[in-house]
Amino acid sequence: MKRRTILSLFSIILIMGLLVGCGNGGATNGGDADVIKVGINYELTGGVASYGQSSVDGIMLAFDEINEAGGIDGKLIEPIKIDNKSESAEATSVATRLMTQEGVVMSLGPATSGNFMATIPVAQSNGIPVLSSSSTADVGVTTDADGNVYDYSFRLCFNDSFQGVTMANFALNNLNATKAVMITDTSSDYGKGLAENFKATFEGAGGQLVAEEGYVKDDKDFNAILTSIRGEDFDVIFIPGYYQEAGLIIKQARDLGIDAPVLGADGFDSPVLLELAGEEALTDVYFSNHYSSLDEDPIVQDFIAAYKEKYGTEPNAFNALGYDLGRWAADAVKRAGSADPDAIRDALAETKGFEGVTGTFDMDENHNPVKSIVVIGLENGVQATSVKVDPN
Amino acid sequence: MLFIATEGGAALEQFMQQIVNGISLGSIYALVALGYTMVYGIIKLINFAHGDVYMVGAYVGFAVTTYTGLGFIPALIISMVVCAVLGMSIEKIAYKPLRNSTRIAVLITAIGVSLLLEYTMMYFVGPEVRSYPRLLSQKVFRFGSVIINMQQIYIVITTIILMIVLQYVVNKTKVGKAMRAVSADKDAAQLMGIKVDNTISFTFAIGSALAGAGGVLVGIYYNSIDPLMGMMPGLKAFVAAVFGGIGSIPGAMIGGLSIGMLETLVSGYGNSMYRDAAVFAFLILILILKPSGLLGKDTKEKV
Repeated sequence: MKRRTILSLFSIILIMGLLVGCGNGGATNGGDADVIKVGINYELTGGVASYGQSSVDGIMLAFDEINEAGGIDGKLIEPIKIDNKSESAEATSVATRLMTQEGVVMSLGPATSGNFMATIPVAQSNGIPVLSSSSTADVGVTTDADGNVYDYSFRLCFNDSFQGVTMANFALNNLNATKAVMITDTSSDYGKGLAENFKATFEGAGGQLVAEEGYVKDDKDFNAILTSIRGEDFDVIFIPGYYQEAGLIIKQARDLGIDAPVLGADGFDSPVLLELAGEEALTDVYFSNHYSSLDEDPIVQDFIAAYKEKYGTEPNAFNALGYDLGRWAADAVKRAGSADPDAIRDALAETKGFEGVTGTFDMDENHNPVKSIVVIGLENGVQATSVKVDPN
Repeated sequence: MLFIATEGGAALEQFMQQIVNGISLGSIYALVALGYTMVYGIIKLINFAHGDVYMVGAYVGFAVTTYTGLGFIPALIISMVVCAVLGMSIEKIAYKPLRNSTRIAVLITAIGVSLLLEYTMMYFVGPEVRSYPRLLSQKVFRFGSVIINMQQIYIVITTIILMIVLQYVVNKTKVGKAMRAVSADKDAAQLMGIKVDNTISFTFAIGSALAGAGGVLVGIYYNSIDPLMGMMPGLKAFVAAVFGGIGSIPGAMIGGLSIGMLETLVSGYGNSMYRDAAVFAFLILILILKPSGLLGKDTKEKV
């Protein structure tokens, strides 16, 4: 009996110790040190490392510029960068570490929707805002399945349904298409979400989908699908999917003599698309994206020049989104007037007219930005045209 | 065919185009299926690492053409040689010590070797897809609306040449005779003075070289390679080998072409989403209805 009492006393002490430990960790968040700690939880290695690395390059450019200009009200930003290895379980533990041990006032990333969603419960329970630059999934990023807003989750990019709707309108209005075929990546939520919204908008405006085909990730042979499509009468092909397969579909379609315009979304934005499809095939290809390097806006051109100077390469959309995310985070801290996570959260939610490289935006009540989208046209593999489409 | 006649020329041409697609795809499956069937014929092992040898072949071809600037034929030969050496090493290191173990032990080892090859390659080259340099002219031949491109012609011709060479080696040479003898009865062959170990090594070398050739051809045809590219074609080639009758070389050729055609026709005329399901449903059907395959020998298990 006595032994059991001692044991239970001992465990109570242990648990209390844990709780006190947590309390201490929490108290350092937003403490009045002369630096502002910002967590960077990104995919630096693993399957989608190129998205994570590109985003971080953009964020670091923004932070360096801000710190060189004297920081935010005299306080320098201290980024704390941890790799989540492109795994959602790892993203959760990195978020926990950043919020409870490193004492960050907010956390940026991860890049993909799935990994970002894995950090939201940690953010909610610790009361630390998490911001994503590139999680475009419709559901689960800033709102749950029932439409309730997550208090501490924000994003800076438009969502997939907006891309699907935009590309359908682009096909109808800019290309005067009335008949389309769709070849969907049915193994990703991204592909399915785009397909659904494209179809609804296109058919809703009187267009006709004459064929709907599907493929799964890592497929390489599309000749059979394309041969059967070739017999149909259509104006455009919409490919909701990623560059890895889209590049091959475009190449094989052009080889079979299909020269109808090809439409896609931001999943096309990679230099690998050009390598896979080849220059000649990438003509009359249009995709929606977050920004275009052809944009004459000085804010875009300044960013491109600064990025080239720091990294020596042409920035892509992930770089631009990362850069905007870094600047937006700093802007929120400045408007909040303190490094308190709740004040920062309120400042993020109240964002109005933030001018970014990827467009000027307001935050809506669901923590999504209301911003314009760019449709880029490729001719012989290079970006030849860009059309800005405003949200309505 | 009546249906096609009434639909007119367009449907016929579309059908012909699908046949061209199916033959190109099927030739590659046939090359990979040959390796499965030869190895099974000689040591009764389903070598699941075979699809990954094909992947290594694609990367060797990629390295040769990208970094040394050599053309198609040298790349094909170097890749076949490297894969032959790789196949022999796998046999010596992983399978030979288990020669007298249960078959399931060797099978599981084969799966282990497969994963080892995939992830070792991923460690060195990264997980992302790479595109092959253009080795062949982009010329296309048109017959009405049926389009045949240069890569398809190369794939089919290379496959046919390799199959003729293989038939010659197996049926007309001394080492081929030894292979057939070991395949028929290993112990009796040994008593007749045939070097069984060397013969098995040689079989792995030939099978792996063919897979390497398949890898280069796929790289050229689809222009896209990645470290996990061997998984699906490996499984489908396995289905092809079972369909043709595992252990039978002409069976593997017929099986490969049939699976290529089946896939193409299902995606072209049925639903593209059921393509893989159709291939594996087909495997189940063969195993139920005719487990020995088209040309396989209906042997009783020796107890």
